[in-house]
Amino acid sequence: MTPSAPIVEAREVSKRFGALVAVDRLSFAVPPGEIFGLVGPDGAGKTTTMRMLAGVMRPDGGQIVADGVDVLAHPEQAKRHISYMPQRFGLYEDLTVDENIRFYADLFDVPRDVRETRAAAMLAASDMLPFRKRLAGQLSGGMKQKLGLTCALVHTPKVVLLDEPTTGVDPLSRREFWQILYGLRAEGVALVISTAYLDEAERCDRLALLHGGRMVHCDTPAGLKARMPGAMLEVVSPEPRRARDALAGQPGVRGVLLIGIGLHVHVDAAGRSAGIAAALAAAGVPVSEIAEVAPSIEDLFVALLDNAETPA
Amino acid sequence: MNPPDAALATTSAAPAIAVDGLTKRFGAFTALDGVSFAAGQGEIMGFLGPNGAGKSTLIRILCGLLHPSAGQARVAGIDVARQPEAVRARIGYMSQKFSLYGDLSVVENLRFFAGIYSVPRAEMAGRIAYAVAMAGLGGQENTLVANLAGGWKQRLALGAAILHRPPVLFLDEPTSGVDPESRRRFWELIHTLSGDGVTVLVSTHYMDEAEYCHRIALIARGRLIALGTPLEIKRHSLDGELLALACADLGRALPLVQGAAGVRDAALFGSRIHVTVDEAARRGPELEALLAARGIAGATARPIAPTMEDSFVSLVGKAALNAATSANAAGARP
Amino acid sequence: MKLRRIQAIAVKEALQIVRDPRSLMIALLVPLMQMVIFGYGVNLDIRHIPLCVLDHENGQQSRNLVARFAASNYFSLRRAAGSDREVAQALDEGDCGIALVIPADFSQRLNDGGRATVQALLDGTDSNTANIAAGYAKSVVAAFSAAAQLDAVQRRGGTLQTQTPVGVEARVWFNEALESRNFIVPGIVALVMAIVGAQLTSLTIAREWERGTMELLVSTPVQPMELMIGKLLPYFAVGLADAAICLGLAVFWFEVPFHGTVATLLFTSSLFLTVVLCIGYLVSVSIRSQVGASQVALLATMLPTTLLSGFSFPIEQMPAAVQAATFLVSARYYVEILKAVFLKGAGVVELAVPILCLALYAAVVVVLAARAFRKTLD
Repeated sequence: MTPSAPIVEAREVSKRFGALVAVDRLSFAVPPGEIFGLVGPDGAGKTTTMRMLAGVMRPDGGQIVADGVDVLAHPEQAKRHISYMPQRFGLYEDLTVDENIRFYADLFDVPRDVRETRAAAMLAASDMLPFRKRLAGQLSGGMKQKLGLTCALVHTPKVVLLDEPTTGVDPLSRREFWQILYGLRAEGVALVISTAYLDEAERCDRLALLHGGRMVHCDTPAGLKARMPGAMLEVVSPEPRRARDALAGQPGVRGVLLIGIGLHVHVDAAGRSAGIAAALAAAGVPVSEIAEVAPSIEDLFVALLDNAETPA
Repeated sequence: MNPPDAALATTSAAPAIAVDGLTKRFGAFTALDGVSFAAGQGEIMGFLGPNGAGKSTLIRILCGLLHPSAGQARVAGIDVARQPEAVRARIGYMSQKFSLYGDLSVVENLRFFAGIYSVPRAEMAGRIAYAVAMAGLGGQENTLVANLAGGWKQRLALGAAILHRPPVLFLDEPTSGVDPESRRRFWELIHTLSGDGVTVLVSTHYMDEAEYCHRIALIARGRLIALGTPLEIKRHSLDGELLALACADLGRALPLVQGAAGVRDAALFGSRIHVTVDEAARRGPELEALLAARGIAGATARPIAPTMEDSFVSLVGKAALNAATSANAAGARP
Repeated sequence: MKLRRIQAIAVKEALQIVRDPRSLMIALLVPLMQMVIFGYGVNLDIRHIPLCVLDHENGQQSRNLVARFAASNYFSLRRAAGSDREVAQALDEGDCGIALVIPADFSQRLNDGGRATVQALLDGTDSNTANIAAGYAKSVVAAFSAAAQLDAVQRRGGTLQTQTPVGVEARVWFNEALESRNFIVPGIVALVMAIVGAQLTSLTIAREWERGTMELLVSTPVQPMELMIGKLLPYFAVGLADAAICLGLAVFWFEVPFHGTVATLLFTSSLFLTVVLCIGYLVSVSIRSQVGASQVALLATMLPTTLLSGFSFPIEQMPAAVQAATFLVSARYYVEILKAVFLKGAGVVELAVPILCLALYAAVVVVLAARAFRKTLD
């Protein structure tokens, strides 16, 4: 096996709930040592995909392979090498940090000494050693999340599936959380992560943009940004609402977003700034600066989905 | 008679929110420690901070739900400690756990809240129609709220919070768990309200959302550690300049970078290392050379503008350091 | 099956039980309270039936008879009536449950060696009580006439040995005092254990669904059977404590005579406990909300146990179809076993049939419960 052979692979996976097609012939492959991000709006099929990968939900069609094991044919065998962290992570709030770790370690048959060293190392890495005897219910949101990850990783999985792991976690804890994920990546673990924080999506090695159960785009963050149609202009103005109204219907303007200091204007091509400036001047809107800025993943997301919805 | 306009007229002279030395203690724990700021009419002010930093405590005091231990706060010109009921009639409040009734329809929910806020009967139909239109829920008036998608629920909750046309709106993590497109629509609404003169105080975890605010207040351990426009915060928060470093072997490169001269902080960020240095123009080439010398190929460092998250982490880290040193100093005393 | 995983689940579950002392107290106090309430509430013995006497003779023999009625525990003399109208009034008003009318020639007839008749009038609105009261009245009169006969014979100079030999003497075995409490209380033990046992486990799975811990649990390699055994073990311990409380109350508080061995009791009670815990678990697996699971478990155990286990309504007197249905009620076997162990001192050998039935029942429920658990979110 070459190191770049995929360790998790979904082939043409579909799932229907009644008339609703939640996931529609989704295919992707994640090699070891990659963080693969699933990004998309509510109802795009992120959670359903995660559940199918984890073997807790059966797809209606397609195939899923994890570490060489067919997840659909042998879900129990596959589960030994998969670690799944659902959105509502299954911590027992009436058990202590240590008791939670021991429970999951035992379920995965982790030898006691291995569990001890691994748990100690992971808790130390996330600054949680002083809290080993504390009830999980009394931890802060960020600490719960880190404990969840420790429990999920105590059996040294080869595949880690994280469903919106950092929702409601503050940036500081998120950053620590990601350092743990990078540690896993360095160990050759394949990670699939879904997130609603698009600034977080930039931390992934590759991203799949899901919409309506389908994969709309799949590339590295830089590759995706290169696909951004047109350009993004930042207009600094004390009267952003008037500026927005003035730009409505202007040639080349695809979208306008109000921000604190003014507007972000999505234009169809670079070199539109002169036209924009003229339109704003004509409407008498005071403008202090117009500059091209790098699009964020969120800008990109909105632009690409607009494109996906309008058939070519 | 138009009471909301009258309310706006009385507040236009004074700031919509004026907070001075606000402190809240729960037993020995100080949740809020001498916070002062003011927000003008129509201003969107963002509150950022780690969990448990005191954001919710502050919002609850300003809503008249908690009594401050010390200091003063006026909302729409009214002292929150002295006249909490009067304050509540002039504010809209929405939290991430905003309790809409899932088993009631959109309109039934709005009618309920209109009743709670004693919206005059004659105006009720008009205000509800406005809230429905503003939230983009036209055609869904009779849908049960439980059947609405997350983003729609949030917009309906906002619609319910402004039925009585409050001059001040408090939003406590309103977009938690809502997808990006819905969040953008939601922020459009907030800007529309702001344009109508409503002062909006919003707490959030989303760093990109902070950019939508006119001004940002950063709270850590109950203290206000930074206050300014997003641009000001980003420019002045970082202790140095930021480099994005791309190279082959990230795992091996990271400790080398962390130990290099002029490097104040280095952390993995996707397929790059974000390095805070004292002087980007000088340290960039130095780091490239260092990695090349250690046999790590393809090292390129380029200066980048710090993101709001970089600023946040840096500022909160500094505040924690200060707190630790002062605690140590206090502990050293007999 | 891996012992390690079963142990992990059992330890976790036990910790959760211990961390929630309030629920544990309830689990132990509820059977205690139920035993006391049912033990006193469901009492088929009838005592101190108010008695009204209309003694037309008012002689020595008639007063003797009345004294016998008054001395028995069954009746208490409430009123001495002067006329038939007064008797009718006493019964109408519910002042008395029974009226005894003694004719004026009562003593004379007795002394003549003839047949004396007394009349007992009963309030039949509660036919059950009336029947029992009539029975008691007959036995009091029978005792009286036996004594009177003996007296008459002796007065004629005869001896007891020459007394007419044919006499039917009924003797009740196993429950000499014919105390209904003695066979009701073991039944109540079964009822309480069925309710409490199913309640204990009805929440375990539903709770994991509600708290969101189940999604992760099904993504681990844990097997349904391991999950079930691990979850049932700690509740089995709690259930045994409940059984000890119930049985202890039966013996030491209600003073039900105990003729069997503790080993038989422990074995059969464990078997029954397994059945009811598994029923609760089955309910929990099928219903994902805690409130729903708890209610269904209560309904599924309490109703059939109360009506069809034979603890209060004799199975032999039920219609054939209902009798057949009682075979599906696990408590029926346990009630049978408990009564036999308590009152007859029966051992495992004598109880082979109900024990085997209960074991078969346990096996079926175990398999059903393990199968009902699907490791999927679909």
